[in-house]
Amino acid sequence: MSNITDLSLSELVSNIKNKKLSSQDVTSEYIERSKKSKNLNTYIEETFDAALKKAKEFDSKPDLNKKLPGIPMAVKDLFCTKNVKTTASSKILNNFIPTYESTVTQNLWNDGAILLGKLNCDEFAMGSSNETSYFGNVISPIDKDLVPGGSSGGSASALAAKLTPATIGTDTGGSIRQPASFTGTVGLKPTYGSCSRYGIVAFASSLDQAGPMTRNVNDAALLLEVMSSFDNKDSTSVDFKRPMYSKDLSKDIKGKKIGIPKEYRVDGMSEEIEKLWDDGKNYLKDCGAEIIDVSLPHTKFALPTYYIVAPAEASSNLARYDGVKYGFRTEGNNLIDMYEKTRSVGFGDEVKRRIMIGTYVLSSGYYDAYYLKAQKVRRLIKNDFNNIFQKVDAILTPSTPSSAFKIGDKSNDPVSMYLNDIFTVPVNLAGLPGISIPAGLDKKGYPLGLQIIGKSFDEQNILNIAYSMEDKINFKFNLKEWWMNE
Amino acid sequence: MNKDYLIERNGKKYEVVIGLEVHAQVLSESKLFSTSSTKFGSEPNTQVSLVDAAFPGMLPVINEFCIKQAIKTGIGLNAKINNKSIFDRKNYFYADLPQGYQISQYKDPIVGEGNVVLDLASGSKTIGIERLHLEQDAGKSIHDIDPKNTLVDLNRSGVALMEIVSKPDLRSPEEVNVYIKKLRSIMRYLGTCDGNMQEGSLRADVNVSVRKQGEDKYGTRCEIKNVNSIKFMQMAIEHEANRQVDILEEGGKIDQETRLFDTKKNETRSMRSKEDAHDYRYFPDPDLLPLEFNDEYVENIKKEIPELPDQKKSRFIEKFNLSSYEANILVSDLDISKYFEAVIENSDVKLSSNWITGELFALLNEKNLEITESPISAKNLSKLINLIKEGTISGKIAKTVFEMMAEGDKNPIEIVKEKGLKQQSDPKELEKLIEKVINDNQDKVKEYKSGKEKLFGFFVGQAMKVSGGKANPQLVNEILKKKLK
Amino acid sequence: MSIDLKTVKHISKLSRISLDEQKAKKLETDLNLIFKWIEQLNELKTENIEPLSSIAETKLRLRKDEIKSKNIREEILKNSPDDNKDFFVVPKVVE
Repeated sequence: MSNITDLSLSELVSNIKNKKLSSQDVTSEYIERSKKSKNLNTYIEETFDAALKKAKEFDSKPDLNKKLPGIPMAVKDLFCTKNVKTTASSKILNNFIPTYESTVTQNLWNDGAILLGKLNCDEFAMGSSNETSYFGNVISPIDKDLVPGGSSGGSASALAAKLTPATIGTDTGGSIRQPASFTGTVGLKPTYGSCSRYGIVAFASSLDQAGPMTRNVNDAALLLEVMSSFDNKDSTSVDFKRPMYSKDLSKDIKGKKIGIPKEYRVDGMSEEIEKLWDDGKNYLKDCGAEIIDVSLPHTKFALPTYYIVAPAEASSNLARYDGVKYGFRTEGNNLIDMYEKTRSVGFGDEVKRRIMIGTYVLSSGYYDAYYLKAQKVRRLIKNDFNNIFQKVDAILTPSTPSSAFKIGDKSNDPVSMYLNDIFTVPVNLAGLPGISIPAGLDKKGYPLGLQIIGKSFDEQNILNIAYSMEDKINFKFNLKEWWMNE
Repeated sequence: MNKDYLIERNGKKYEVVIGLEVHAQVLSESKLFSTSSTKFGSEPNTQVSLVDAAFPGMLPVINEFCIKQAIKTGIGLNAKINNKSIFDRKNYFYADLPQGYQISQYKDPIVGEGNVVLDLASGSKTIGIERLHLEQDAGKSIHDIDPKNTLVDLNRSGVALMEIVSKPDLRSPEEVNVYIKKLRSIMRYLGTCDGNMQEGSLRADVNVSVRKQGEDKYGTRCEIKNVNSIKFMQMAIEHEANRQVDILEEGGKIDQETRLFDTKKNETRSMRSKEDAHDYRYFPDPDLLPLEFNDEYVENIKKEIPELPDQKKSRFIEKFNLSSYEANILVSDLDISKYFEAVIENSDVKLSSNWITGELFALLNEKNLEITESPISAKNLSKLINLIKEGTISGKIAKTVFEMMAEGDKNPIEIVKEKGLKQQSDPKELEKLIEKVINDNQDKVKEYKSGKEKLFGFFVGQAMKVSGGKANPQLVNEILKKKLK
Repeated sequence: MSIDLKTVKHISKLSRISLDEQKAKKLETDLNLIFKWIEQLNELKTENIEPLSSIAETKLRLRKDEIKSKNIREEILKNSPDDNKDFFVVPKVVE
């Protein structure tokens, strides 16, 4: 058998089910590797001892009917975990220990998974490079100067560096798909309402969705199957019959109609990305799918719309961090002084910037010009997708306009940073499912991803398409383990 | 006709224009968006869920009963029920507002325009209702326990409130008094709010402006926040209206602002400086969806609506021939009307109405009791009234019996029997008694017969006195007339 | 529309985030950059478009009126910056 940490999630599950491996074998291997990988700065909180204890408990009475039997897993630090520090990578929550568990993580534990620790991310998931974390930026295992993407950068980095067999992230404007694309991994953002938002530190409520980040498509299907559930505690959770995504996974996509939206061929897009996209089309044709040119005319308005809607919701969602009930407080001369100091010191610059944007677009005199306008454009964007989904079953686009950039490259230019999410943001605005799969390398040898966008609740379909393409692409990427300490 | 409420200054008359935003706590077991109890008076922070304290990742889930209560109240206010309404966030920072926003309804409330009819001494007046919306209550800041800090109790945080906004149709403190009482009465009939002002279940923001009599345009208004008794509302209005008139008379301008009523000093004062003016940044709460229901949903709720005060009043007037004044008193409070209807089930309506609004109210007033705590049950009062009606006891004796009944809800029939208070209505007995009175007062008889007919009353009095008040006064009259001929 | 320093300070006040002069100036620059970019939305005519505020493909679910949350005061106050066992504590508010 190869190294335990080289096995995919699905392979681990079958090895445990066949009793070739124990949960303790797997858990201790991942702990060892994680301990040697501190240079990547992926973990904010490690729960290694508790994980080993749970692995032992699992092995003493293994329930092999579970879908994730004794599988250790580190998760993004945006999910509240009972009695385990949860910070959202912010100073303002740096001492917060929830007494409750998010629904999505609870679903993982209910199906046998074991928490390894909490992974670094952009502060309150606001960022595309993991440079906004209070706990420092995460390093990509691909190169020490490279960002892993964001906001689920710690998750992507830990996954690619094999510090966890799979992980979960959240995606508000691309926060799963973009880092997956940057690190050569698979990331899926489900349809809005598929995974419960209960217990996830909120960024932008109408856009946030949790989703799986894995090494291959099969693993993503399995993890989504466990994560997704109808939840009465979330008023936006949708009650629909959830398929057995992994069981029903199929490479038969013959006759599927795949749309290629011309508006995604943006100015200045590199030839490499063009070629990647063309290769993707050819793979799909090879699989028997039909390629159709389509138009999503409002695409270019998606990002500015997003940068009104998301900060507006965030400015309100983050009002609860006021130093009164939990988290960090700076003493002040009076209540207002305490608020202002606490929030000024407790939030980082990008979070403050977005709170300000959000406050401004909602404020008296600007609401109609910005927020209301954005909601209307959001409708147009949603209508674009509705229209072309009359004609096609899914859409193929690049995941990002470029490969991973260097740390510090874009941190002084907010707009150029925001532009990184140009292909992922429309999917969130429309509430649709989207998956990014690794599809090739650029000249520098950095991974590039392709995105498949589906109809609402049609995750099975985009998983199947991704599964077929994965086979054709046969993406191979060997990391040099430069970051490891012995 | 009542005199208009006007403020006179330097020979000029000012009219006072008042609009109310009443905050009525919805009667429900659990809160609007969480499953904590709404019970009043518990230990601090013992009825607070993770949702109420706005922990990270907590989400609101709406209580259907509160929606039905709001719809019921809307129906009671003859208002338009909106099949689609939206919950918005009202953003502001305060110690007892854990989310940093209040979930409320802004542009699309659940209930639209309606009205309430007031019975005033000058006749009836219709007050327009602008809207009714659902919102969360805040917690409580306590300033007087700790000298250095403010303490926050979140038990009330998230309890459902109905904000009922009136049009600026009220013109005097007295109209405000009648309006609040009428609203309270309607909500108590409906069971949607207990209207208990001591416990803060009913509070109001009072908008006051003044204008010269006869002017069409409204003056600039000030809002007096969170006044929690009718008396204070009236005091606050009087003070505020006079303050505004003073400013105008000195050639000044009214600043539109929020003011606070200081109950100790009996004055209003400005709460916030203008530069700190609020900008609530309302926007639809993305954690919730629009609230939608169809007409059938409303129709089904309509079926549960009981007879309301106005309908009951009309029925009392038509069916029982009560005066508008009497009917008003009897329907003003659901429990009073229930008591009345229980009494008249077996008794004379007119007598019942007189006894309830007279003796019984006096008794309750004296003992400071609610009708539900009445020491005399409707059943026993009904028996007493029947004793009067049948002529078993006189009205005067009845008052004595009533007093005895008040000491522990005794059966009046038993009292009359025990104390031998039964009215003497046997003509033979009475004849004997009257003959005695005539014999004992021969001199007066002579005077009477010689034309001093005023003395008739004297003989009646004597007869009643001799009988210990028990003689049937009507029979005494008849017999006396015969005997003195 | 350009955002001046006064507006930045007003927003910071509304957001309850204090800013020193230097940060306020930096934000003024950033926000102007961002809003200049955002204003490309003005190219679109949207008069008759209904705004989209909720994307969830479901109806608002209604809960029964039941008390399920019990007294969890200790849990609620556990993370609070002050060690009062009964209340949340903030600097004295004068009304």
